[in-house]
Amino acid sequence: MENLLNIFIKSIFVDNMVFAFFLGMCSYLAVSKTVKTSMGLGLAVIFVLFITVPVNFMIEKYVLKNGAMIWLGEGMGDVDLSFLTFMVFIAVIAAIVQLVEMIIEKFSSSLYNSLGIFLPLIAVNCAILGASLFMQEREYENVIEATVFGLGSGVGWLLAIVGIAAIREKLKYSNIPDPLKGLGITFILTGLMAIGFMGFMGIKL
Amino acid sequence: MFSARNLKLLTGPIGKDNPITIQVLGICSALAVTAKLEPAIVMALSVTMVIAVSNVVVAAMRKFIPDRIRIIVQLVVIATMVILVDQFLKAYAFDVSKQLSVFVGLIITNCIIMGRLEAFAMANKPWPAFIDGLGNGAGYGIILIVVAFFREFLGSGTIFGYPVMEKLGLYSIGYENNGMMILPPMALIIVGLIIWYQRSKDKTLIENK
Repeated sequence: MENLLNIFIKSIFVDNMVFAFFLGMCSYLAVSKTVKTSMGLGLAVIFVLFITVPVNFMIEKYVLKNGAMIWLGEGMGDVDLSFLTFMVFIAVIAAIVQLVEMIIEKFSSSLYNSLGIFLPLIAVNCAILGASLFMQEREYENVIEATVFGLGSGVGWLLAIVGIAAIREKLKYSNIPDPLKGLGITFILTGLMAIGFMGFMGIKL
Repeated sequence: MFSARNLKLLTGPIGKDNPITIQVLGICSALAVTAKLEPAIVMALSVTMVIAVSNVVVAAMRKFIPDRIRIIVQLVVIATMVILVDQFLKAYAFDVSKQLSVFVGLIITNCIIMGRLEAFAMANKPWPAFIDGLGNGAGYGIILIVVAFFREFLGSGTIFGYPVMEKLGLYSIGYENNGMMILPPMALIIVGLIIWYQRSKDKTLIENK
């Protein structure tokens, strides 16, 4: 339990997707103009990460890893498909995003209407593929740890995008040098926020 | 071969049409690899390679790709190129490949590549598409190299691992490296400053709000 809590806190604050690894910056910069839309995108990202990371974990463990297919019989024991990792991960993500979109559309049209436009965007959000690749690199022990990591990364991403959106809403009223308006000041602000988040470095429960 | 139009495809993205500072594409993987010059250059070359080749492949196939499944076809082409680059790096530059860690894989979701395939390769012949890929790769690479230069020079006092500051004898008169430069936040701030510089040189780029 303690271990899980540790992974959760660490993936939100210390290894924040945006501030520590710059993942998902494209949609982070493009969508963070109002708090409402960034909240929607953030929730969609949490949702997709929560599903894709454990699924990719299982695929990695039982299909892709060197010797992972031993459960199919002795002869499959020395098959190594790890070179296919990228291709399989991105295909799984694209498929799940499509599936999630269809399920939400069927069962909750109000949620679909608020998330709808963002869902297709998420398939090419680097934070999603990034989380799967980090999951692979950090070698989590079981699927629960991987799920908690996925959830934590999503929450961290939501925090980042809602934070910058709130600041950008206020920023409209401030007097910024013309060449710095828009993109430039957003970059610098993100940098300053990242410095703030560095205060969490080294936290261990 | 190099008509005025093609030349413009090559030089446009380096300056006025830069993928990072103007079009805001592909920032995800750009910043994390810029703490040192060497991985930044390897990353720039890999991305240029992937854009140029997948641009050519998609441009060559553009008439056969059904419109509805074009995204998945493009992703497969890109993923194939990225796997090739990744395996190549693992074989011939293992140390750099370790430093780049997941960011080689993240070239797949680099928005520059998808953006160029959608906006350019789907509507043009292979040769201009190739030039366009090279141009955008170079525009991306230049920002990466500039950021990496400042971060390595001010952060570690070296250029390509060569201890410039030490050879100049600055440490003995009390100079200290700025450790902040190596940390992630400074990459964002340096890109912000580059955007500021570029937009104050060229007023037409200023965003009106």
